[in-house]
Amino acid sequence: MRLTCPLCGPRDRREFYYYGSEDYLQRPGPDAGPEAWDDHLHLRDNIAGEVRDLWYHETGCSQWLIVTRNTVTHEILSTELVADRKKKGVRA
Amino acid sequence: MPELIAKTALSDKKPATFAGTTLAEADPGPVASIALFPGQEKALAKALKPMVFPAPNSFTENGGVRLVWTGRDQAFLIGAEPPALDGIAAVTDQSGGWATLTVTGPVAAEALMRLVPLDLRPTFAVGQAARAPLGHMQSVIFRTAADGFTVMVFRSMARTAWHEIEVALRSLAARAALI
Repeated sequence: MRLTCPLCGPRDRREFYYYGSEDYLQRPGPDAGPEAWDDHLHLRDNIAGEVRDLWYHETGCSQWLIVTRNTVTHEILSTELVADRKKKGVRA
Repeated sequence: MPELIAKTALSDKKPATFAGTTLAEADPGPVASIALFPGQEKALAKALKPMVFPAPNSFTENGGVRLVWTGRDQAFLIGAEPPALDGIAAVTDQSGGWATLTVTGPVAAEALMRLVPLDLRPTFAVGQAARAPLGHMQSVIFRTAADGFTVMVFRSMARTAWHEIEVALRSLAARAALI
């Protein structure tokens, strides 16, 4: 499996650290209440199909990436920098 | 304050040559990380003149001083003290933190490709740089000549890096001796 780092180019999977669902970027507000926090920390969908996950380019450029991949076909659909997403003004 | 003698990480190592390819330590002089603050691209370009901030996966050079890309909006200034960049970029001294090795010769790329999962054949041209693992070590690798690479690793990894590259060179030399 290879991931294309938006900065470094196509790299081997071993250079990356897998963190989990992109949901971790959607942090609830401090007053959101225990249910929202429980959801944020523990409740994940188990999707057969397209998922968006966080990966860390650990032995490369040290950037967090959002990788869209298909868990059925193993196809990698896109990779983007979390930092760029913030630049574009998406709440993170 | 006592006068302390600055030593490079591998100051006891003499250059070693196998298969016509030399592994040596380089003393790059001062190393500083320059990490751009958001929106300060123009101010940085002005302050760095005549140096040019490198595009990802490359380095720029001016009068023996290098600016090597090391991450998003970040580069290492190697061989000169950094200019004043208050409010433009975060500057941190890295001089003591890295060990710098050079691998020069006909099998330099071949030896490094045993350790680095990158294609370092001539498509990785002079002027290109990469953040890539050397074994399991985080490193900065750049091509300074058709047959020459510079490899930077954390200082604590200096001996391991030297050993790994030396073993790669030795095995290439041994194989060449068999043919």
